[in-house]
Amino acid sequence: MNFIHNYIYYIGAFGLVFIGIYIILVKRNLIKVIIGLSILDTGINLFLISIGYISKGTAPIFSKIDMENAPMVDPVPQALVLTAIVIGVAVLALALSLAIRLYHHYGTLNLRKIKEQRW
Amino acid sequence: MRRIISLILLAVVALGIALCVIHIPFGAPKTKVGNYYIDKGREQTGATNIVTSVVVNYRGFDTLGEVTVLFVAAIGVSAVLATLKKKFQKKIEPPSLVLNAGCRFLFPLVLFFGAYIFIHGHLTPGGGFQGGAIIASAFLLTYLGCRGRRISESRSKLTESLSGLVFVLVGLIGLAIGGHYFLYNFLPKGVLHSLLSAGIIPIIYIAIGFKVGSEIAGIIDKLVEES
Amino acid sequence: MLAAAISASIFKDLMNAVIASCLVSLIAAILFFLLQAPDVAMAEAAIGAALITAVFVIAIRRTKRYEE
Repeated sequence: MNFIHNYIYYIGAFGLVFIGIYIILVKRNLIKVIIGLSILDTGINLFLISIGYISKGTAPIFSKIDMENAPMVDPVPQALVLTAIVIGVAVLALALSLAIRLYHHYGTLNLRKIKEQRW
Repeated sequence: MRRIISLILLAVVALGIALCVIHIPFGAPKTKVGNYYIDKGREQTGATNIVTSVVVNYRGFDTLGEVTVLFVAAIGVSAVLATLKKKFQKKIEPPSLVLNAGCRFLFPLVLFFGAYIFIHGHLTPGGGFQGGAIIASAFLLTYLGCRGRRISESRSKLTESLSGLVFVLVGLIGLAIGGHYFLYNFLPKGVLHSLLSAGIIPIIYIAIGFKVGSEIAGIIDKLVEES
Repeated sequence: MLAAAISASIFKDLMNAVIASCLVSLIAAILFFLLQAPDVAMAEAAIGAALITAVFVIAIRRTKRYEE
């Protein structure tokens, strides 16, 4: 039980990653694939932040109340994940506009039918 | 058939990753760079929010790259959806009075809240990106509540371009004045815990807040395209 | 959170799948706060749970609503 309690954040983050990869590999509708991409992105960000956690640490912000003895968590992964979230939203907006364009051109969003129509 | 093969593949990859991740202890201090930023961050930059000083001051060039990626994505959405043939004009029913009045009342309050978050970026949790997302949510509220009102496209593009230009100009001024590198912190650092402190960090965050807010509002405006 | 992600892959109505992914984002924002990262929690809640869901719903309105 102690084993599960230590690693629960890693299990949750990698569970999201593998569910996202499964949706991208198996599903046929294009918008379902983009939903899988968004779930994959969230899982990776959760894993990066859970690496920088220090036991019994506090948030890396100084305030007027003096609490000098508590250790602070690592601030570097938080800065990287802040960048990654914003880039994720930009990529998703562009992917959805391409999906709208594909729908107007082919009339369907089923990936098998689009592949058959090309050849 | 496709499902079984992909499930077997994912099981093999999961086993490999589990063998590697078990050796990472959860909750133990791992690097020394974080400790250096926490110890020396307050006196070198003057900001009390350490994540803000890492994003803008120590790693400011990565933030410039990210702003560029957002800019290119907004241009891409406009370019892809530009030549789409519009459908016939459906008649838009006007929204009810309660919805219309409520959204018009809430819109300046949400804008005010977003501006508060990105102005106090170096003192409290928050900053440019969070404040910009809240401003874009305020514009989304007007699209949902008062249908038929659109934001003027030329003004939003003007705001976005000017904010990006302010960011690059502040960096170049830092390079020209004294320091040896881009985005040198040249304004005086001021007193801790006060609003006008930490050099160029509030100026850059205000520029980023305006830019991200008008960009995402422009993306939503391009996607809606009802009239 | 894992149950919400699995149900996002099972639903045939695309609106339900989008709302399940919004739930995943919201629970991830709460977990970010429990890991002592308030900046990232605010960013994920504002961007992932509000703006991404709105963009998905607008895109689904312009294309089909049901899978296949």
